[in-house]
Amino acid sequence: MSGMVEKRGLSYWLTHLGLIVGVLFIFFPIWLAFVASTVTQAEIARPPMPLLPGPHLVENYSKALVAGVNVPVATMMLNSLVMALGIAFGKIAISLLSAFAIVYFRFPGRKAFFWLIFLTLMLPVEVRIVPTFEVIANFGMLNSYSGLILPLVASATATFLFRQFFMTVPDELAEAARVDGAGPMRFFWDILVPMSRTNMAALFVILFIYGWNQYLWPLLITTNPEMNTIVMGIKQMFPSGDDLADWPVIMATSILAMLPPVIVVISMQKLFIRGLVDSEK
Amino acid sequence: MDKRVTFKGLWLPLLLVAPQAVVTAVFFFYPAGQAIWQSLFIPDPFGLSMQFVGLGNFEYLLGNSYYRASFVTTAIFSVSVTLLSMGIALYLAVLADRLIKGSGTYRTLLIWPYAVAPAVAGVLWMFMFNTRIGVVSWYLGQLGYDWNHVLNGGEAMGLVVVASAWGRISYNFLFFLAGLQAIPKSVIEAAAIDGARFWTRFRTIVWPLLSPTTFFLLVVNVVYAFFETFGVIHTITAGGPQQSTTILVYKVYADGFVGQDLGSSAAQSVILLLVVGLLTVIQFKYIERKVHY
Repeated sequence: MSGMVEKRGLSYWLTHLGLIVGVLFIFFPIWLAFVASTVTQAEIARPPMPLLPGPHLVENYSKALVAGVNVPVATMMLNSLVMALGIAFGKIAISLLSAFAIVYFRFPGRKAFFWLIFLTLMLPVEVRIVPTFEVIANFGMLNSYSGLILPLVASATATFLFRQFFMTVPDELAEAARVDGAGPMRFFWDILVPMSRTNMAALFVILFIYGWNQYLWPLLITTNPEMNTIVMGIKQMFPSGDDLADWPVIMATSILAMLPPVIVVISMQKLFIRGLVDSEK
Repeated sequence: MDKRVTFKGLWLPLLLVAPQAVVTAVFFFYPAGQAIWQSLFIPDPFGLSMQFVGLGNFEYLLGNSYYRASFVTTAIFSVSVTLLSMGIALYLAVLADRLIKGSGTYRTLLIWPYAVAPAVAGVLWMFMFNTRIGVVSWYLGQLGYDWNHVLNGGEAMGLVVVASAWGRISYNFLFFLAGLQAIPKSVIEAAAIDGARFWTRFRTIVWPLLSPTTFFLLVVNVVYAFFETFGVIHTITAGGPQQSTTILVYKVYADGFVGQDLGSSAAQSVILLLVVGLLTVIQFKYIERKVHY
């Protein structure tokens, strides 16, 4: 399979051709959405729509951001941002603390706690939607940021990842901290947290995308359009009857919905790949 | 595996695990317990009392032709999504791995759709195949093919499969490419010197060495198809037409929230719980230890 085996020639160009076809297949739906977000409703309503961008980009995007359909898209983006950041930071914080406790202390119930975390792997939100919805409703957390964030914030994966990493930290460091009379929290803040920075960043990239792209949960608990997130809000922009949807605005919203996570992936590609590989191990 | 050096203290570690313990208990274990509990009851029509029915909800479900159909739908859907997206990803990864230079560029071009949410992917594909204004459906119409996934169950299934697989190619490509690049080049060159052609080398050397990656991706993709494709189904077909794309997760939602049939929805949750449990065990027991090269 190595490039060194194949000679430069026909097969070399066929390889590139195959990859380019693949890239086009991946890009085509996004390209079409982008084009649709730069033309008028009339151009889309009369198929086939153009395949090259038109001059209405600014108009469609500002209409989406400021007015939207039910609620300004800017509001939905803000909600998504709060949810994604809340989930990412929340997961990292509580996982970091509990992994520290599991690795560096001997306390009663440690093993049991470890297994409880493991079991949460088997309880994705999709299988406990109705009772979790009831819990959130009883707490009065429907249509709230805490309702959007809290049920998704416990993470076995992140806890295991930090535990794994702490196990590789040399014992001498904790030993030295103890000899110097530094308490456990001092050791945690001054040594463990700085050492975990890359792990945290890699995890943050994955968790941000995970939080931003949530669909089912916000669909259930945000009945107030003001609290909709952008990914779940797109579907709400379609008219229920036979009316023609406002495609340019909806497609502008779709592009806006994928922009932040895509920027995160591209600008932090190394961390993204590391996070993906780490969190699936 | 324990640390030799630990700190003393009882309250501090308990305090440290408290946030995760509380969140897990309140939002994971309590609801899961509720699901199991509710699955044993049928609420009366006014929601005032619950009647204990034991395993009645499960018996009803397993005897219900719609539920059994949903199992079959889920199986067809998951297998199709998994094979399609892994197949395309493997093909692209093999090509990218042949290049001495440039595989990094293709990797950048191919991985970012990972960031596109399944629900957004659903909207994009629904737009292309929209029966009134979709570009692809219009060109299909010009070719004499009358595309209508709103009425045709097979076409609806095809569309949600392609939309779900499309979003997953990036992920599979990344892992396949890493797996391929981890195979020692000397082994392949030795085979090439012995006269083994590309396809023979792939079949006898690369594919077996790639099996841990393939197996890992199989499980992960099935989990994805089972649980994370809700957004695709909800945006494109809403389970229709005539429930032809109602996968299990969609049915839990439809029965529990739209149909308000709580006992049945809870029983379905419990069945899904068993499915996830099984997949998790396979993932941990089998992948980690058995498939090694």
